[in-house]
Amino acid sequence: MSEMLSMGNYGAYVWSSFGLTLIVLVVCVVQGRSRHKSVLKDVVVRIKAMESK
Amino acid sequence: MWTFFHKLASPPHFYDLAAKFIPWFGVIGAACVAYGAIAGLFYAPADYQQGDAFRIIYVHVPSAYLSMMAYMIMAVSAAIGLIWRIKLSHAVAAAAAPLGAWFTFLALMTGSIWGRPMWGTWWEWGDPRLTSELLMLFLYFGYMALRAAIDDTTKADKASAVLALVGAVNIPIIHFSVEWWSSLHQGATLVREGGPAIETGMLYPLLAMIFGFTFIFGALLLGRVRTEVLFRERRANWVRKLVLPEGDHA
Repeated sequence: MSEMLSMGNYGAYVWSSFGLTLIVLVVCVVQGRSRHKSVLKDVVVRIKAMESK
Repeated sequence: MWTFFHKLASPPHFYDLAAKFIPWFGVIGAACVAYGAIAGLFYAPADYQQGDAFRIIYVHVPSAYLSMMAYMIMAVSAAIGLIWRIKLSHAVAAAAAPLGAWFTFLALMTGSIWGRPMWGTWWEWGDPRLTSELLMLFLYFGYMALRAAIDDTTKADKASAVLALVGAVNIPIIHFSVEWWSSLHQGATLVREGGPAIETGMLYPLLAMIFGFTFIFGALLLGRVRTEVLFRERRANWVRKLVLPEGDHA
């Protein structure tokens, strides 16, 4: 197991690359969703304000 | 055929259709990446020169490929938007930029992490492949900054489209940089004369990663285009119906 993780002493490089990739993908998903939610919220607020006039 | 495209380009139809595709793209992408990562990390044989460090290829190549693919999608969509004034294509261009920037960042970072043990340096100023990829990151930043600086969406679309098209010159430069100039960067592994220069035990996980990343990118892009469409169509009747359920006129 530890041999697998050590990646022939390149473990730090290999695992940091894969870890960073995972983090960036997760950030992309979260960022996309939160932007969609905030735009949706703004749109609702704006439309409700218009309707109540 | 044309009615299909016409319907696809209609914002409400696109908005609904994209929502149906996103989970499928996400699942297919995640499955391919899961296989590719496990096979690439644990089952592919170590490289005879680079040992286990070569495994960084499984995240580096898909990121680098998508960083350029995103730019091409951005530039082509921007051109279509300029020429045929299709609103949806400007939305696609605007949505592709932040994703392209993320994948460019990832390609640069994983490349740097790979370069440290293999070349003995994190970064080499003046190297054509590294420099042209970094330039692309700045093109994405410039594109996003330009859009953010112009309030009027139509004007922002036009100005940023011109920037995207001018910057597209950089794409062939990135691709051929390792052939045209001497570079620390190794030559092409997959798309080259004589076919891929990699054995199948290493190749299949790589293809799975590229395929999986492409689907994940597709899901992310569709999601961002939906957000763009929603914002751009905020005054349209279909959006009003979408956000206010029947009878809710408070």
